[in-house]
Amino acid sequence: MRTGGLVARAEHVVKGAIWDCQMCGQCVLHETGLTCPMNCPKTLRNGPCGGVRPDGTCEVKPDMRCVWLKAYERSERLPLWRGHIDRVRAPVDNRLAGTSSWINLVTGRDREVPAGWAARADVEP
Amino acid sequence: MSSLERKLAAGRFVVTAEMPVIDGGGHAEIGRQLEPMEAFVDAFNATDNPSAHAHCSALAVSLGLLQAGVEPIMQLACRDRNRLALEADLVGAAMHGVENISCMTGDDVTAGDEPEARRVFDLDAPQLIALARALEGGRYLSGRPITPAPHFLIGAVENPGAPPYEYRVRRAAKKALAGARFLQLQICYRPELLERFMHVAYDTGVSERLAVIPSICILRTVGGMRFVASKVPGIDVPPEIVARVESARNAEEECFEIAYELATHALAQPGVAGLHFISFRKDAGIAKLCRRLGIPPRVERETNGYSASVAV
Repeated sequence: MRTGGLVARAEHVVKGAIWDCQMCGQCVLHETGLTCPMNCPKTLRNGPCGGVRPDGTCEVKPDMRCVWLKAYERSERLPLWRGHIDRVRAPVDNRLAGTSSWINLVTGRDREVPAGWAARADVEP
Repeated sequence: MSSLERKLAAGRFVVTAEMPVIDGGGHAEIGRQLEPMEAFVDAFNATDNPSAHAHCSALAVSLGLLQAGVEPIMQLACRDRNRLALEADLVGAAMHGVENISCMTGDDVTAGDEPEARRVFDLDAPQLIALARALEGGRYLSGRPITPAPHFLIGAVENPGAPPYEYRVRRAAKKALAGARFLQLQICYRPELLERFMHVAYDTGVSERLAVIPSICILRTVGGMRFVASKVPGIDVPPEIVARVESARNAEEECFEIAYELATHALAQPGVAGLHFISFRKDAGIAKLCRRLGIPPRVERETNGYSASVAV
């Protein structure tokens, strides 16, 4: 097996157990209060939708607490990365699904965005 | 530049309204729906499969509204289309002169009558707003140029009545950062939550960065009130409001009174740029409510100006 595959499996074992990581390959846990946004049924990367129920449960899965409610609360408690939740995160690169975000972080692959996205002058990096 | 954009830029009070969904009946049906309210409304939202029910597309209804001589706001939801289809609809809308866009995540497919459908959500709402902004900058997401670049008035939505309440204004600010210039709010039957949202938006300058437009829903029946309270995602109706309609001698009048009270309350909040009205059936409710609120018809507001400021 290739190194990438081995690392991805190791990453899945560790992050899957702790954060229910869905292996999108472009990890943003530090910006989302260490809450994996890919567990949101709508896979939203930029905050809660308008369907969160009054008791804080998910519009789609009424038995589940809204992923973004958790993300918001935890991000407020984190000593690091304060305010990063307010960043506009780029669309997911679907080609990276299943790959190791650790490797993609080292290689910088997880920060590659489409040219049209990068060209916008109005959004902070 | 759309007339909505001009009015918002000039700080004028605007009235927007939800165009009822169109299924059959073609352009004549659009005309029939517009007739009772058209005189009061600056722009109509062409909805995009609202509550995850399929209807005539938002782009097609927007074109129908243009043909009928009124200004559309094309809603775009992330639920049904991937980024390629969203780009195509945006550029297609611009080609026909549909410039007002309202970007939203969209109710989940499970809220609709075809819950077995695949949900898409390839982008989320802030990303869709940023995408529209990228197109305005003359590029598709890929970077491929569009010459000349289309022009939009990019809008967004936010729900002051859904948790986490204290985060909602920050999410609106994120949408402003992504490129949104107006913000239509979800119907809110808890005035204290709208009040909280508007005050925070005003105090933090968010309502300066985008024009905030609360929504008022005019219902008519006990069944309608129960439906909104139980079936529409993100709308929290206090039991006492449902009970008020249930125990009323005339449910339609009571629903109207509730809409009037909520509208009066919304108009008294700081930073309100206009009101958005939703009436699920073809009727004169919107015109009647505007008259009761003292909001003049569109032409009169355009000629004489109008400030909705309510004594506080």
